[in-house]
Amino acid sequence: MEDAIVVRGLVVDRGGRRVLDGIDATVPRGSVTGLLGPSGSGKTTLMRAIVGVQVITGGTVTVLGAPAGSAQLRHRVGYLTQAPSVYADLTVRENVRYFAALQGRGRAEADRAMTDVGLASAAGQLVGTLSGGQRSRASLACALVGEPELIVLDEPTVGQDPVLRADLWARFHELANAGTALLVSSHVMDEAARCDRLLLIREGRLIADDTPAAVRAAAGVDDLDEAFLRLIRAGEAGGPAGSAAGEA
Amino acid sequence: MNPRILAVTVARILRQLRHDRRTIALLVAVPTVLLTLVYYMYVDQPAAPGQPSAFDRIALVMLGFFPFIVMFLVTSIAMLRERTTGTLERLLTTPLAKTDLLFGYGIAFGLAGAVQATIAAAVAYWVFGMHTAGSSGLVIMIAALNAVLAVALGLLCSAFARTEFQAVQFMPVVVAPQLLLCGLFVPRDQMAGWLQAISDALPLTYAVEALQEVGAHAEPTGTMWRDVGIVAGAAVLALVLAAATLRRRSG
Repeated sequence: MEDAIVVRGLVVDRGGRRVLDGIDATVPRGSVTGLLGPSGSGKTTLMRAIVGVQVITGGTVTVLGAPAGSAQLRHRVGYLTQAPSVYADLTVRENVRYFAALQGRGRAEADRAMTDVGLASAAGQLVGTLSGGQRSRASLACALVGEPELIVLDEPTVGQDPVLRADLWARFHELANAGTALLVSSHVMDEAARCDRLLLIREGRLIADDTPAAVRAAAGVDDLDEAFLRLIRAGEAGGPAGSAAGEA
Repeated sequence: MNPRILAVTVARILRQLRHDRRTIALLVAVPTVLLTLVYYMYVDQPAAPGQPSAFDRIALVMLGFFPFIVMFLVTSIAMLRERTTGTLERLLTTPLAKTDLLFGYGIAFGLAGAVQATIAAAVAYWVFGMHTAGSSGLVIMIAALNAVLAVALGLLCSAFARTEFQAVQFMPVVVAPQLLLCGLFVPRDQMAGWLQAISDALPLTYAVEALQEVGAHAEPTGTMWRDVGIVAGAAVLALVLAAATLRRRSG
Protein backbone atom coordinates (compact mmCIF):
# COMPACT_ATOMS: atom_id res chain seq x y z
CA MET A 1 0.00 0.00 0.00
CA GLU A 2 1.32 3.45 -0.87
CA ASP A 3 2.49 5.65 2.00
CA ALA A 4 0.18 8.36 3.31
CA ILE A 5 2.90 11.00 3.19
CA VAL A 6 6.08 11.08 1.11
CA VAL A 7 8.42 14.01 1.69
CA ARG A 8 11.42 14.38 -0.63
CA GLY A 9 14.17 16.96 -0.25
CA LEU A 10 11.90 19.42 1.52
CA VAL A 11 13.47 22.83 2.11
CA VAL A 12 11.57 25.66 3.83
CA ASP A 13 12.81 29.17 4.62
CA ARG A 14 10.89 31.36 7.05
CA GLY A 15 11.81 34.91 7.88
CA GLY A 16 15.20 34.58 6.15
CA ARG A 17 16.11 31.48 8.16
CA ARG A 18 16.32 27.90 6.85
CA VAL A 19 13.77 26.04 8.99
CA LEU A 20 13.72 22.72 7.13
CA ASP A 21 16.88 21.66 5.37
CA GLY A 22 16.35 18.74 3.00
CA ILE A 23 13.86 16.49 4.81
CA ASP A 24 13.21 13.02 3.37
CA ALA A 25 10.54 11.07 5.24
CA THR A 26 7.56 8.79 4.79
CA VAL A 27 4.50 8.21 6.94
CA PRO A 28 2.72 4.88 6.40
CA ARG A 29 -1.04 4.38 6.48
CA GLY A 30 -2.69 2.54 9.34
CA SER A 31 -0.21 3.63 11.98
CA VAL A 32 0.67 6.38 14.40
CA THR A 33 3.87 8.20 13.49
CA GLY A 34 5.41 10.45 16.13
CA LEU A 35 7.15 13.66 15.10
CA LEU A 36 9.60 14.44 17.87
CA GLY A 37 12.06 17.21 18.35
CA PRO A 38 12.89 20.13 20.60
CA SER A 39 10.92 23.34 20.29
CA GLY A 40 12.05 25.35 17.25
CA SER A 41 13.26 22.24 15.42
CA GLY A 42 10.76 22.64 12.57
CA LYS A 43 7.95 20.24 13.60
CA THR A 44 5.13 22.72 13.03
CA THR A 45 6.64 23.91 9.73
CA LEU A 46 6.85 20.32 8.48
CA MET A 47 3.21 19.74 9.46
CA ARG A 48 2.13 22.97 7.76
CA ALA A 49 3.93 21.85 4.59
CA ILE A 50 2.09 18.51 4.76
CA VAL A 51 -1.37 20.11 5.08
CA GLY A 52 -0.45 22.56 2.30
CA VAL A 53 -0.49 25.94 4.06
CA GLN A 54 3.29 26.48 4.07
CA VAL A 55 5.17 28.16 1.24
CA ILE A 56 8.07 25.81 0.46
CA THR A 57 11.44 26.66 -1.03
CA GLY A 58 12.26 23.30 -2.55
CA GLY A 59 11.44 19.59 -2.64
CA THR A 60 8.11 17.78 -2.88
CA VAL A 61 5.43 16.71 -0.43
CA THR A 62 3.01 14.04 -1.64
CA VAL A 63 -0.05 13.32 0.50
CA LEU A 64 -2.37 10.34 -0.22
CA GLY A 65 -0.92 10.25 -3.75
CA ALA A 66 -1.51 13.94 -4.56
CA PRO A 67 0.64 17.06 -4.11
CA ALA A 68 0.17 18.52 -0.62
CA GLY A 69 -2.52 21.20 -0.53
CA SER A 70 -4.45 19.91 -3.59
CA ALA A 71 -8.17 20.65 -3.54
CA GLN A 72 -9.04 16.93 -3.50
CA LEU A 73 -7.11 16.47 -0.22
CA ARG A 74 -9.14 19.03 1.71
CA HIS A 75 -11.84 16.56 2.76
CA ARG A 76 -9.31 13.74 3.33
CA VAL A 77 -6.92 15.45 5.75
CA GLY A 78 -7.64 16.61 9.31
CA TYR A 79 -5.32 19.19 10.87
CA LEU A 80 -4.92 20.29 14.46
CA THR A 81 -2.93 23.50 14.84
CA GLN A 82 -0.67 23.84 17.87
CA ALA A 83 -2.65 26.71 19.41
CA PRO A 84 -6.33 25.75 19.72
CA SER A 85 -8.05 27.11 16.61
CA VAL A 86 -11.72 27.13 17.52
CA TYR A 87 -14.19 30.00 17.85
CA ALA A 88 -14.18 31.21 21.47
CA ASP A 89 -17.62 32.81 21.04
CA LEU A 90 -19.31 29.56 19.96
CA THR A 91 -20.16 26.53 22.09
CA VAL A 92 -18.16 23.31 21.72
CA ARG A 93 -21.09 21.73 19.88
CA GLU A 94 -21.47 24.69 17.48
CA ASN A 95 -17.74 24.58 16.69
CA VAL A 96 -17.62 20.85 16.05
CA ARG A 97 -20.84 20.88 14.03
CA TYR A 98 -19.49 23.71 11.86
CA PHE A 99 -16.25 21.89 11.06
CA ALA A 100 -18.26 18.67 10.53
CA ALA A 101 -20.55 20.50 8.09
CA LEU A 102 -17.54 21.81 6.12
CA GLN A 103 -16.58 18.14 5.60
CA GLY A 104 -20.15 17.23 4.64
CA ARG A 105 -20.74 15.42 7.94
CA GLY A 106 -23.75 15.65 10.25
CA ARG A 107 -24.65 15.89 13.90
CA ALA A 108 -24.02 12.22 14.74
CA GLU A 109 -20.38 12.50 13.62
CA ALA A 110 -19.98 15.74 15.57
CA ASP A 111 -21.36 14.07 18.72
CA ARG A 112 -18.98 11.14 18.23
CA ALA A 113 -15.97 13.47 17.96
CA MET A 114 -16.96 15.33 21.15
CA THR A 115 -17.31 12.02 23.00
CA ASP A 116 -13.92 10.87 21.66
CA VAL A 117 -12.17 13.82 23.28
CA GLY A 118 -14.19 13.61 26.52
CA LEU A 119 -16.14 16.82 25.98
CA ALA A 120 -19.68 15.42 25.62
CA SER A 121 -20.67 16.89 28.99
CA ALA A 122 -19.32 20.35 28.06
CA ALA A 123 -20.93 20.41 24.59
CA GLY A 124 -23.21 23.35 25.39
CA GLN A 125 -20.46 25.47 26.95
CA LEU A 126 -18.89 28.46 25.18
CA VAL A 127 -15.30 27.62 24.20
CA GLY A 128 -14.16 30.92 25.71
CA THR A 129 -15.20 29.68 29.16
CA LEU A 130 -13.33 26.35 28.94
CA SER A 131 -10.02 25.54 30.59
CA GLY A 132 -6.92 25.48 28.38
CA GLY A 133 -6.88 21.69 28.22
CA GLN A 134 -10.57 21.52 27.35
CA ARG A 135 -10.11 24.14 24.67
CA SER A 136 -7.35 22.07 23.02
CA ARG A 137 -9.64 19.06 23.10
CA ALA A 138 -12.45 21.06 21.47
CA SER A 139 -9.94 21.94 18.74
CA LEU A 140 -8.93 18.26 18.49
CA ALA A 141 -12.57 17.20 18.07
CA CYS A 142 -12.80 19.56 15.07
CA ALA A 143 -9.77 17.83 13.49
CA LEU A 144 -11.09 14.30 14.07
CA VAL A 145 -14.67 14.95 12.99
CA GLY A 146 -14.57 14.22 9.26
CA GLU A 147 -13.02 10.74 9.70
CA PRO A 148 -10.15 11.90 7.48
CA GLU A 149 -7.73 9.40 5.92
CA LEU A 150 -4.79 11.38 7.27
CA ILE A 151 -4.82 13.19 10.61
CA VAL A 152 -2.04 15.67 11.37
CA LEU A 153 -1.96 16.67 15.04
CA ASP A 154 0.39 19.34 16.35
CA GLU A 155 0.95 18.61 20.06
CA PRO A 156 -2.57 17.31 20.77
CA THR A 157 -1.97 16.16 24.35
CA VAL A 158 -0.25 19.22 25.84
CA GLY A 159 -1.86 20.23 29.13
CA GLN A 160 -4.05 17.11 29.39
CA ASP A 161 -4.18 14.99 32.53
CA PRO A 162 -2.61 11.51 32.37
CA VAL A 163 -5.93 9.62 32.19
CA LEU A 164 -7.17 11.73 29.29
CA ARG A 165 -3.83 11.42 27.53
CA ALA A 166 -4.04 7.64 27.76
CA ASP A 167 -7.62 7.76 26.42
CA LEU A 168 -6.59 9.98 23.52
CA TRP A 169 -3.67 7.72 22.60
CA ALA A 170 -5.98 4.70 22.74
CA ARG A 171 -8.32 6.51 20.34
CA PHE A 172 -5.41 7.37 17.99
CA HIS A 173 -4.47 3.67 17.83
CA GLU A 174 -8.09 2.69 17.23
CA LEU A 175 -8.16 5.07 14.26
CA ALA A 176 -4.82 3.70 13.00
CA ASN A 177 -6.10 0.12 13.27
CA ALA A 178 -9.03 1.17 11.08
CA GLY A 179 -6.52 2.30 8.41
CA THR A 180 -6.08 6.00 9.20
CA ALA A 181 -2.61 7.51 9.03
CA LEU A 182 -1.75 9.73 11.99
CA LEU A 183 1.18 12.10 12.33
CA VAL A 184 1.42 13.37 15.89
CA SER A 185 4.00 15.85 17.11
CA SER A 186 5.20 16.02 20.67
CA HIS A 187 8.20 17.17 22.61
CA VAL A 188 7.45 14.75 25.43
CA MET A 189 9.56 11.65 25.05
CA ASP A 190 7.27 9.35 27.05
CA GLU A 191 4.75 9.81 24.24
CA ALA A 192 7.31 8.63 21.68
CA ALA A 193 7.05 5.11 23.11
CA ARG A 194 3.34 5.07 22.23
CA CYS A 195 4.03 5.59 18.51
CA ASP A 196 4.41 2.88 15.87
CA ARG A 197 7.13 4.87 14.12
CA LEU A 198 9.20 7.90 15.04
CA LEU A 199 10.56 10.82 13.09
CA LEU A 200 13.09 12.83 15.07
CA ILE A 201 14.03 16.24 13.75
CA ARG A 202 16.50 18.71 15.06
CA GLU A 203 17.45 22.08 13.58
CA GLY A 204 15.53 21.34 10.40
CA ARG A 205 17.15 17.97 9.70
CA LEU A 206 15.80 14.47 10.16
CA ILE A 207 18.06 12.51 12.51
CA ALA A 208 15.96 9.37 12.94
CA ASP A 209 13.13 7.64 11.03
CA ASP A 210 12.35 4.27 12.56
CA THR A 211 10.34 2.24 15.09
CA PRO A 212 10.89 3.05 18.77
CA ALA A 213 12.56 -0.36 19.22
CA ALA A 214 14.99 0.23 16.34
CA VAL A 215 15.82 3.71 17.65
CA ARG A 216 16.64 2.19 21.04
CA ALA A 217 18.73 -0.53 19.41
CA ALA A 218 20.62 1.92 17.21
CA ALA A 219 21.52 4.04 20.21
CA GLY A 220 22.23 1.06 22.43
CA VAL A 221 20.00 2.22 25.35
CA ASP A 222 16.48 1.37 26.55
CA ASP A 223 15.44 4.86 27.50
CA LEU A 224 14.15 6.80 24.43
CA ASP A 225 15.12 10.13 25.93
CA GLU A 226 18.70 8.94 26.32
CA ALA A 227 18.58 7.28 22.89
CA PHE A 228 17.67 10.59 21.22
CA LEU A 229 20.41 12.37 23.10
CA ARG A 230 22.96 9.85 21.83
CA LEU A 231 21.68 10.09 18.26
CA ILE A 232 21.94 13.88 18.41
CA ARG A 233 25.50 13.74 19.81
CA ALA A 234 26.52 11.11 17.28
CA GLY A 235 25.01 13.23 14.49
CA GLU A 236 26.94 16.29 15.65
CA ALA A 237 30.16 14.28 15.80
CA GLY A 238 29.42 12.84 12.34
CA GLY A 239 29.37 9.40 13.99
CA PRO A 240 27.63 6.29 12.71
CA ALA A 241 24.73 6.00 15.16
CA GLY A 242 22.66 8.79 13.58
CA SER A 243 23.15 7.66 10.01
CA ALA A 244 22.56 4.02 10.96
CA ALA A 245 19.18 4.93 12.43
CA GLY A 246 18.42 7.09 9.43
CA GLU A 247 18.94 4.25 6.99
CA ALA A 248 17.56 1.40 9.08
CA MET B 1 -18.25 28.33 -4.17
CA ASN B 2 -20.43 25.67 -2.57
CA PRO B 3 -23.98 26.76 -1.53
CA ARG B 4 -24.09 24.35 1.44
CA ILE B 5 -20.71 25.47 2.81
CA LEU B 6 -21.64 29.12 2.21
CA ALA B 7 -24.90 28.62 4.14
CA VAL B 8 -23.27 26.92 7.15
CA THR B 9 -20.60 29.65 7.20
CA VAL B 10 -23.23 32.42 7.24
CA ALA B 11 -25.04 30.56 10.05
CA ARG B 12 -21.78 30.19 12.00
CA ILE B 13 -20.97 33.92 11.78
CA LEU B 14 -24.51 34.90 12.83
CA ARG B 15 -24.30 32.42 15.76
CA GLN B 16 -21.09 34.10 16.93
CA LEU B 17 -22.87 37.44 16.78
CA ARG B 18 -25.88 36.04 18.66
CA HIS B 19 -23.69 34.92 21.56
CA ASP B 20 -22.39 38.49 21.86
CA ARG B 21 -25.46 40.19 23.38
CA ARG B 22 -23.66 43.43 24.18
CA THR B 23 -22.62 43.92 20.55
CA ILE B 24 -26.20 43.36 19.43
CA ALA B 25 -27.44 45.90 21.98
CA LEU B 26 -24.86 48.44 20.75
CA LEU B 27 -25.75 47.79 17.09
CA VAL B 28 -29.37 48.57 17.85
CA ALA B 29 -29.04 51.36 20.40
CA VAL B 30 -26.19 53.53 19.11
CA PRO B 31 -27.87 54.77 15.89
CA THR B 32 -30.96 55.73 17.90
CA VAL B 33 -28.88 57.71 20.41
CA LEU B 34 -26.99 59.52 17.64
CA LEU B 35 -30.17 60.30 15.70
CA THR B 36 -31.58 61.79 18.92
CA LEU B 37 -28.51 64.03 19.22
CA VAL B 38 -28.84 65.18 15.61
CA TYR B 39 -32.56 65.80 16.06
CA TYR B 40 -32.04 68.15 19.00
CA MET B 41 -29.04 69.84 17.32
CA TYR B 42 -31.17 70.90 14.35
CA VAL B 43 -34.71 71.02 15.74
CA ASP B 44 -34.73 74.84 15.97
CA GLN B 45 -32.99 75.53 12.67
CA PRO B 46 -35.45 77.01 10.16
CA ALA B 47 -35.66 75.27 6.77
CA ALA B 48 -35.49 77.34 3.56
CA PRO B 49 -38.85 77.28 1.76
CA GLY B 50 -39.16 74.34 -0.63
CA GLN B 51 -36.06 72.70 0.87
CA PRO B 52 -35.94 69.70 3.21
CA SER B 53 -35.24 70.54 6.87
CA ALA B 54 -31.67 70.20 8.10
CA PHE B 55 -32.64 67.16 10.16
CA ASP B 56 -34.26 65.40 7.18
CA ARG B 57 -31.20 66.09 5.04
CA ILE B 58 -28.65 64.92 7.63
CA ALA B 59 -30.58 62.03 9.17
CA LEU B 60 -31.21 60.48 5.76
CA VAL B 61 -27.48 60.39 4.97
CA MET B 62 -26.66 59.20 8.51
CA LEU B 63 -28.89 56.16 7.97
CA GLY B 64 -26.39 55.18 5.30
CA PHE B 65 -23.38 55.98 7.48
CA PHE B 66 -24.23 53.78 10.50
CA PRO B 67 -24.02 50.37 8.82
CA PHE B 68 -21.06 51.56 6.74
CA ILE B 69 -18.89 52.58 9.71
CA VAL B 70 -19.96 49.80 12.08
CA MET B 71 -19.77 46.90 9.64
CA PHE B 72 -16.37 48.05 8.37
CA LEU B 73 -14.95 47.89 11.89
CA VAL B 74 -16.75 44.68 12.88
CA THR B 75 -15.54 42.92 9.74
CA SER B 76 -11.93 44.11 10.04
CA ILE B 77 -11.75 42.80 13.59
CA ALA B 78 -13.61 39.55 12.85
CA MET B 79 -11.33 38.69 9.94
CA LEU B 80 -8.21 39.63 11.89
CA ARG B 81 -9.41 37.32 14.68
CA GLU B 82 -9.74 34.49 12.15
CA ARG B 83 -6.12 35.10 11.22
CA THR B 84 -4.64 35.47 14.71
CA THR B 85 -6.52 32.59 16.37
CA GLY B 86 -5.53 30.13 13.65
CA THR B 87 -9.11 29.39 12.57
CA LEU B 88 -8.35 30.87 9.14
CA GLU B 89 -5.38 28.52 8.67
CA ARG B 90 -7.55 25.58 9.70
CA LEU B 91 -10.42 26.67 7.42
CA LEU B 92 -8.02 26.86 4.47
CA THR B 93 -7.17 23.15 4.93
CA THR B 94 -10.89 22.23 4.64
CA PRO B 95 -13.10 22.08 1.52
CA LEU B 96 -14.23 25.67 2.20
CA ALA B 97 -13.46 27.93 -0.79
CA LYS B 98 -12.03 31.38 -0.15
CA THR B 99 -15.16 32.90 -1.70
CA ASP B 100 -17.37 30.84 0.66
CA LEU B 101 -15.69 32.58 3.57
CA LEU B 102 -15.68 36.09 2.07
CA PHE B 103 -19.23 36.00 0.73
CA GLY B 104 -20.25 34.33 4.01
CA TYR B 105 -19.06 37.43 5.86
CA GLY B 106 -20.63 39.67 3.22
CA ILE B 107 -24.05 38.00 3.64
CA ALA B 108 -23.97 37.60 7.44
CA PHE B 109 -22.84 41.14 8.28
CA GLY B 110 -24.89 42.51 5.37
CA LEU B 111 -27.95 41.02 7.13
CA ALA B 112 -26.83 42.48 10.45
CA GLY B 113 -26.40 45.87 8.76
CA ALA B 114 -29.87 45.60 7.19
CA VAL B 115 -31.42 44.94 10.61
CA GLN B 116 -29.53 47.90 12.07
CA ALA B 117 -30.61 50.14 9.18
CA THR B 118 -34.26 49.03 9.52
CA ILE B 119 -34.36 49.88 13.24
CA ALA B 120 -32.57 53.20 12.73
CA ALA B 121 -34.90 54.10 9.84
CA ALA B 122 -37.96 53.19 11.92
CA VAL B 123 -36.77 55.54 14.67
CA ALA B 124 -35.99 58.33 12.16
CA TYR B 125 -39.38 58.10 10.43
CA TRP B 126 -41.68 57.37 13.38
CA VAL B 127 -40.02 59.00 16.37
CA PHE B 128 -38.44 62.03 14.74
CA GLY B 129 -40.83 62.48 11.82
CA MET B 130 -38.17 62.29 9.11
CA HIS B 131 -39.69 62.88 5.68
CA THR B 132 -38.52 61.49 2.34
CA ALA B 133 -40.32 61.90 -0.97
CA GLY B 134 -39.43 58.32 -1.97
CA SER B 135 -40.07 55.01 -0.23
CA SER B 136 -38.53 54.03 3.12
CA GLY B 137 -37.90 50.55 1.65
CA LEU B 138 -35.41 52.08 -0.81
CA VAL B 139 -33.66 53.92 2.04
CA ILE B 140 -33.23 50.64 3.92
CA MET B 141 -32.09 48.83 0.78
CA ILE B 142 -29.38 51.44 0.13
CA ALA B 143 -28.30 51.38 3.80
CA ALA B 144 -28.05 47.56 3.68
CA LEU B 145 -26.03 47.81 0.47
CA ASN B 146 -23.69 50.18 2.35
CA ALA B 147 -23.25 47.47 4.97
CA VAL B 148 -22.22 44.98 2.28
CA LEU B 149 -19.80 47.53 0.79
CA ALA B 150 -18.29 48.12 4.23
CA VAL B 151 -17.89 44.37 4.83
CA ALA B 152 -16.16 43.98 1.47
CA LEU B 153 -13.79 46.90 2.16
CA GLY B 154 -13.16 45.57 5.69
CA LEU B 155 -12.25 42.11 4.34
CA LEU B 156 -9.89 43.67 1.80
CA CYS B 157 -8.21 45.94 4.38
CA SER B 158 -7.84 43.16 6.94
CA ALA B 159 -5.38 41.51 4.54
CA PHE B 160 -3.04 44.46 5.16
CA ALA B 161 -3.36 44.49 8.95
CA ARG B 162 -1.22 42.27 11.13
CA THR B 163 -2.45 43.57 14.50
CA GLU B 164 -5.66 44.95 16.00
CA PHE B 165 -3.96 48.36 16.30
CA GLN B 166 -3.33 48.42 12.56
CA ALA B 167 -6.84 47.16 11.79
CA VAL B 168 -8.59 50.01 13.62
CA GLN B 169 -6.30 52.54 11.89
CA PHE B 170 -7.86 51.57 8.57
CA MET B 171 -11.08 53.14 9.77
CA PRO B 172 -9.77 56.77 9.56
CA VAL B 173 -7.88 55.86 6.38
CA VAL B 174 -10.74 54.21 4.48
CA VAL B 175 -13.94 55.48 6.08
CA ALA B 176 -13.23 59.09 7.12
CA PRO B 177 -12.33 60.50 3.66
CA GLN B 178 -15.48 58.93 2.22
CA LEU B 179 -17.62 60.58 4.93
CA LEU B 180 -15.93 63.98 4.45
CA LEU B 181 -16.12 64.02 0.67
CA CYS B 182 -19.52 62.37 0.10
CA GLY B 183 -21.33 65.70 -0.25
CA LEU B 184 -22.99 65.95 3.17
CA PHE B 185 -20.66 68.60 4.65
CA VAL B 186 -19.98 70.57 1.45
CA PRO B 187 -22.13 70.02 -1.65
CA ARG B 188 -20.03 68.23 -4.26
CA ASP B 189 -20.53 70.93 -6.92
CA GLN B 190 -19.03 73.52 -4.55
CA MET B 191 -15.82 71.51 -3.96
CA ALA B 192 -12.48 72.30 -5.59
CA GLY B 193 -11.94 70.29 -8.76
CA TRP B 194 -9.38 67.94 -7.27
CA LEU B 195 -11.58 67.22 -4.26
CA GLN B 196 -14.46 66.44 -6.59
CA ALA B 197 -12.23 64.06 -8.53
CA ILE B 198 -11.38 62.19 -5.31
CA SER B 199 -15.04 62.23 -4.32
CA ASP B 200 -15.94 60.74 -7.73
CA ALA B 201 -13.61 57.81 -7.05
CA LEU B 202 -15.07 56.93 -3.62
CA PRO B 203 -18.01 54.49 -3.55
CA LEU B 204 -19.78 56.04 -0.54
CA THR B 205 -20.35 59.20 -2.65
CA TYR B 206 -22.75 57.23 -4.86
CA ALA B 207 -24.56 55.66 -1.89
CA VAL B 208 -25.16 59.14 -0.46
CA GLU B 209 -26.32 60.48 -3.82
CA ALA B 210 -28.73 57.53 -4.12
CA LEU B 211 -30.16 58.30 -0.66
CA GLN B 212 -30.56 61.98 -1.60
CA GLU B 213 -32.38 60.93 -4.78
CA VAL B 214 -34.84 58.91 -2.66
CA GLY B 215 -35.21 61.93 -0.37
CA ALA B 216 -36.07 64.27 -3.26
CA HIS B 217 -38.10 62.12 -5.68
CA ALA B 218 -41.27 60.11 -5.13
CA GLU B 219 -40.28 57.47 -7.70
CA PRO B 220 -36.87 55.74 -8.00
CA THR B 221 -34.80 57.72 -10.49
CA GLY B 222 -32.34 56.54 -13.12
CA THR B 223 -29.55 58.26 -11.20
CA MET B 224 -30.49 56.30 -8.07
CA TRP B 225 -30.36 52.94 -9.88
CA ARG B 226 -27.05 53.87 -11.53
CA ASP B 227 -25.63 54.79 -8.10
CA VAL B 228 -26.92 51.54 -6.56
CA GLY B 229 -25.25 49.65 -9.40
CA ILE B 230 -21.93 51.46 -8.79
CA VAL B 231 -21.99 50.71 -5.05
CA ALA B 232 -22.85 47.04 -5.67
CA GLY B 233 -20.09 46.84 -8.29
CA ALA B 234 -17.57 48.37 -5.87
CA ALA B 235 -18.57 45.81 -3.21
CA VAL B 236 -18.12 42.87 -5.60
CA LEU B 237 -14.79 44.28 -6.81
CA ALA B 238 -13.54 44.62 -3.21
CA LEU B 239 -14.64 41.02 -2.44
CA VAL B 240 -12.83 39.71 -5.53
CA LEU B 241 -9.68 41.63 -4.58
CA ALA B 242 -10.00 40.31 -1.02
CA ALA B 243 -10.19 36.76 -2.40
CA ALA B 244 -7.10 37.44 -4.52
CA THR B 245 -5.11 38.68 -1.50
CA LEU B 246 -6.12 35.68 0.66
CA ARG B 247 -3.51 32.96 0.18
CA ARG B 248 -3.88 29.36 1.29
CA ARG B 249 -0.12 29.13 1.68
CA SER B 250 1.86 31.54 3.82
CA GLY B 251 5.53 31.88 4.67
